[in-house]
Formats: sequence, C-alpha cells, structure tokens
Amino acid sequence: MKLLASPAVKVGLSISIATGLYGISFGALAVTSGLNFWQAMALSLLLFSGGSQFAFIGVVAGGGSGIAAMSAATLLGMRNGIYGMQLNALLRPTGWRKYIGAQLTIDESTATSTGQTDPAEQRRGFWTAGIGVYVLWNLFTAVGALAGSGLGDPKQWGLDGAAVAAFLALLWPRLKGREPIAIAAVCAVATVGAVPFVPPGVPILVAAVVAALVGWFSHGRRDEGLEPDVEPYTHHAGHHQDAAGTHPGAQRREGTEPEAGT
Amino acid sequence: MSLWIWLLIACALAYAWKIVGYFVPAKFLEDPRTSRIAGTMTIGLLASLTVVNAVVSGQGLAADARLGALAAAAIALTLRAPFLVVVIAGAGTAALLRFLGWS
Repeated sequence: MKLLASPAVKVGLSISIATGLYGISFGALAVTSGLNFWQAMALSLLLFSGGSQFAFIGVVAGGGSGIAAMSAATLLGMRNGIYGMQLNALLRPTGWRKYIGAQLTIDESTATSTGQTDPAEQRRGFWTAGIGVYVLWNLFTAVGALAGSGLGDPKQWGLDGAAVAAFLALLWPRLKGREPIAIAAVCAVATVGAVPFVPPGVPILVAAVVAALVGWFSHGRRDEGLEPDVEPYTHHAGHHQDAAGTHPGAQRREGTEPEAGT
Repeated sequence: MSLWIWLLIACALAYAWKIVGYFVPAKFLEDPRTSRIAGTMTIGLLASLTVVNAVVSGQGLAADARLGALAAAAIALTLRAPFLVVVIAGAGTAALLRFLGWS
C-alpha cells in the first residue's frame, strides 16, 4: 500500500503495462517471421531489449542470415551499455543486484529511474519498471506467439505492415531536431542503395556503419538518439522539465560526480 | 538449428553490453564519442529496419501494401497514438489494401 504512494512505482507500473502489452505484437511477428514459439520466448527471456528483438526478427523476415540478424540486434543493444553505466553511477547496485539489474537495463527502466531525483525513488523506479516490463513483456510475447501461429497467412492480416509500423514507432521518439532526422534519412538512403549489391540483412549493417561514422565525425549532442522509446513523465511535468528529466544523459554528470570526488 | 545458435549468441552479447556498463570504469565510457555513436547507430539501424521492412523484397525494391502501412503508422504517430495503436494501424492498413487488391 505504502509502495503504491511512490510516484516512481506508479510510473513504473503504468509503463510496464503499456510496454508489456506490445509484447503481443513481438510474439506474433516473431512466429510469422519464421521463428518457433521457443525461439520467440528465448529472445524475450534472454535478450530482453525490444529494439534488438524486433531487429532480429526483422532481418530473419527479410530473408537475412542468422549472423546478420545477430549483428543487427547486437549493434542496437550498444545503448544498453551506456544506460548500464548511467544506472551504475546512479543506483550503485552491489552483489547479485548488479547481475539481475543488468538484465533489466532497457529503455523503459532507465527512463523511469533517471526521471526521478530522490535516490530511493530512482531505485524504486528502476526495479518496478524493470521487473514489471520483464514479467508482462514475456507473458504477452507468449500470448502473441501462440495467437500468431494460428493466424495462417500473416500477409492476409497485414502483419508485415505491423512490422513496418513497429520500427517507425521505435524510431519516431528519437527524431527530435534536424540532426537525427538527417541521420535517419542518410541511413535510409544507404540501405536502399545497398540492397541490390549485398545479401539480405546486410544493408541494415551498412546503415549501421554509416551511422557510426556520422557519430564519430560529427559534433552534435553526445546523447543524440539515446532518448528512450518512452516518455514516462509526459503527464506529470511540463515539456522543458520533462526533456531534462527523462533524459538518461541529462543526469549523467550529476550521477558520476561523487565518483570523481573519491 | 543454426538460427538457434545465432539467436543464443545474440542473447549472450545483449547481456554482455548491459553488464559491461556496470563494470567498466565510468571513465572508459565517458568519452562523448562512445555515447554519440551508440545514439547515432540506434537511429540509423531503426531507420534502416523501417525502410527494409517497408520497401525491400529479397534483393530488390517493391512498392506494395507495406507502403500504406508506413503512411498509416506515420499518421498515427503524428496524432501521438500509443505504440500498440500504431502497430494495429499499420497491420490494418496493409490488410485492407491487400483486400482491395493492391498486392
């Protein structure tokens, strides 16, 4: 009861429900991409990072090889390493909590935690969103995978259109400003240009290389594109405050300062 | 069978990224370039995956019902629809266009 009074727990729970529900679309798309039920479940249980999971099945659905699917998923998972570093500085987990917490380090848990200012709330936010999303995401992946395998021809239900929409929805919140839009456009063009010349799945990796080069040589904001998929605090705060609050990068300096002092 | 192997490697590497953040000294990842590349690569990969799923067919390009799904998703996102609604809009539009005879 007392726990439910915590704002971080409330936000964590609502984000868990919203995110968990779209595990249905992942499960359904995974089995219609050619994965079996347990492969879909393995991705949700073990890989547990929405963008990377959709990337894996997106490459497989397009006829790409297993190694191309693995590469795309892995490159997309790099940002979780950055989140892990921020959360480690913020929450300072010890012992087994570090290993469990690492698995729960995703866009949603990071955003819920870094959006709070009180250390106890940051901790509650991380664990509520992390565990909540994990449980519901896996539950609804199973529901989607079971439903998807009974659908017959996936195209008849427009499930290939669902994949297109899912990727655009994952990209959309990161397109704030001119630079990220330019990066997205350049990578889209690079992908289309590479399609006739390389095997399926590889154009995505070509785009990753292009994006990495842009990141290496340009001098924009250092946390460009690290806005999480979700904005848990939009209903609680004004836009300005919100932009600063939910940004994993925004609190990083604050979080790492004590480290520098010791 | 080989898909299982790559799938499990992907799972292992995903966890490796996550745990690395908790153990690598902050200094190591503090280079602004590292987080910038993580960010630009996320944008680039998602843009690429969107395009591949919308217009690529094997090793060629195709304009089919998936383009309609892309447009419907963009409209839904402009209207600030939640993720699941966006996905359903995409699927519904593609299904409807096929029902109407556009591949």
